[in-house]
Amino acid sequence: MSGALERTPLHLLLDRHPCVGDFLGALGLDAGDGQRPLGDWLRHLPDEELFDAGMAREQMLAHIQRLIGEVEDMARASRPLRSLTLLGGRDKSGQAENVELEVRAGEVVCIVGPTGSGKSRLLADIECLAQGDTPTGRRILLDGQPPGDERRYAPDRKLVAQLSQNMNFVVDLSVRDFITLHARCRMVADVEGMAEQVIACANGLTGEKFSPEVSVTQLSGGQTRALMIADAALLSASPVVLIDEIENAGVDRKRALRLLSGGDKIVLISTHDPLLALRGDRRLVIRNGGIAEVITTGDGERDNLERLETLDGLLMDVRDRLRRGLRIEDRLEWPH
Amino acid sequence: MRLITVAGSPSVGKTSVILRAAEILHRDGLAVGIAKFDSLSTGDDALYEQRGFPVVTGLAGALCPDHYFVSNIEDCLAWGQRRGLDVLISESAGLCNRCSPHIDGIYALCVVDALAGVHTPRKIGPMLRLADLVVITKGDIVSQVEREVFAYQVRLANPGARALFCNGITGQGADEVARALRNAPVVPELEGRHLRFPMPAAVCPYCVGETAIGETHQRGNVKKMRFRDLESGVNP
Ligand SMILES: Nc1nc2c(ncn2[C@@H]2O[C@H](COP(=O)(O)OP(=O)(O)OP(=O)(O)O)[C@@H](O)[C@H]2O)c(=O)[nH]1
Ligand SMILES: [Mg+2]
Ligand SMILES: [Zn+2]
Repeated sequence: MSGALERTPLHLLLDRHPCVGDFLGALGLDAGDGQRPLGDWLRHLPDEELFDAGMAREQMLAHIQRLIGEVEDMARASRPLRSLTLLGGRDKSGQAENVELEVRAGEVVCIVGPTGSGKSRLLADIECLAQGDTPTGRRILLDGQPPGDERRYAPDRKLVAQLSQNMNFVVDLSVRDFITLHARCRMVADVEGMAEQVIACANGLTGEKFSPEVSVTQLSGGQTRALMIADAALLSASPVVLIDEIENAGVDRKRALRLLSGGDKIVLISTHDPLLALRGDRRLVIRNGGIAEVITTGDGERDNLERLETLDGLLMDVRDRLRRGLRIEDRLEWPH
Repeated sequence: MRLITVAGSPSVGKTSVILRAAEILHRDGLAVGIAKFDSLSTGDDALYEQRGFPVVTGLAGALCPDHYFVSNIEDCLAWGQRRGLDVLISESAGLCNRCSPHIDGIYALCVVDALAGVHTPRKIGPMLRLADLVVITKGDIVSQVEREVFAYQVRLANPGARALFCNGITGQGADEVARALRNAPVVPELEGRHLRFPMPAAVCPYCVGETAIGETHQRGNVKKMRFRDLESGVNP
């Protein structure tokens, strides 16, 4: 195989595998006219250039070979995940959790409990696909099986996307360029189209619309959240999405959840918000570091959720009117 | 005794990751010690000692810490053996992105910082490209999208290595790092082994104390920039 690679003319290689061009470019090496086979080209590179690049010929050849293999591997569509199973461990006092919870694709499960009760630990256990090797002793199964090492150790093909509250953008790119960059890494067929779709979707989730030209660093908290949720639903490789609270600051939570579960994601949300907690199909009650109960959202709860949402709509409307500089003199009609 | 070389630019989170992993190894009954290499000063020795890990410190002063590392790592190995360590971890901060302490047959770990931006992995030299394990820190403060893009770039920069996220503060991900360290090869001696890649050649007059600027002082290994506008036939 490495022999075949050595005999391939460089221009063909660069054509078929743009990653090789990126790699050589990053090393500051010039491919010339590309007519030479790779092996020949490497042999003719001056020692000094190789030395500057920081790699020996064999290292570079092996690197290019692995690079091509790895990129092909990444482009291969990953098998969709149908279910995630959580096998209980123990709580902070060492009491066994009697839980075997299977969550299917498209399902939303909420995690409720007082601050410090162990909600984040549960998210962390799922995030690292715990195999009895974390302090809780919990185990996570994928499609009913323990995950192999390659699933635990490939961070860019991670099963779990985690949307946390305290996150920033370091890159200073426009929203469009940023999402396009992600789409390119995900190797989707229509990169630009996908970026447009993610941005449109995010704008559908937030009251404060933003343009694709605006820099990501200038987005408000709500806009950032909306963008990350739309990206997780449409573009992220991860079939499991863990969310640490969706603050109601300008994000339509109902649509957000519908978008995620419609994308066949397995969604887990840690929340104190009644509108989110009751919108889940089920919710886990965390107490003293353990899962104390699994509650399926009841019919009465769903009715109450509707009433709470009407109330919330009213509040949102008032907020919006205030923002637009209007007065709130008319008597408000409460839902009954 | 197992030996692991940990490299990474200054302040990426090397000490934090080492501490989180060493605590896990210690809990499992292994004796862990650290050899710390730095240029002028370090507070890392205090951090390690505070948590009960024996540490030796080497300050390179005017030398590149990675060059200094190679001349001293054998003595550190002997120190670790005298202390009866099971695992010796060397921590060094390459300053030039071009030196690398990684040795053939010795488990090599590179720490990179997600805050450094998605284009950083491609700029780091042999320290990242020839490592066995790449640990990405500070993922907690960047967006999910940047984490994915960053991890992808790491993968392109070193397609042979395993890469994982580890939070140096909470220790999330440190279990996997500890597992990798536990399986690092046992190293009885270093005599006869080779660096994975040579260090940059640095024998110009400025390496040995020259301070005067000007053509007449530049002898030995001198490399000049090219200016396209000065080359014949090229318009500025
Ligand atoms: N938020 C966050 N901070 C981190 C993380 N890892 C390390 N830090 C912080 O980053 C700073 C530098 O960490 P160190 O572990 O000292 O970095 P280092 O690479 O050992 O630094 P030098 O040895 O001086 O080169 C410290 O303030 C850490 O608390 C992380 O995963 N997340
Ligand atoms: Mg340090
Ligand atoms: Zn150096």
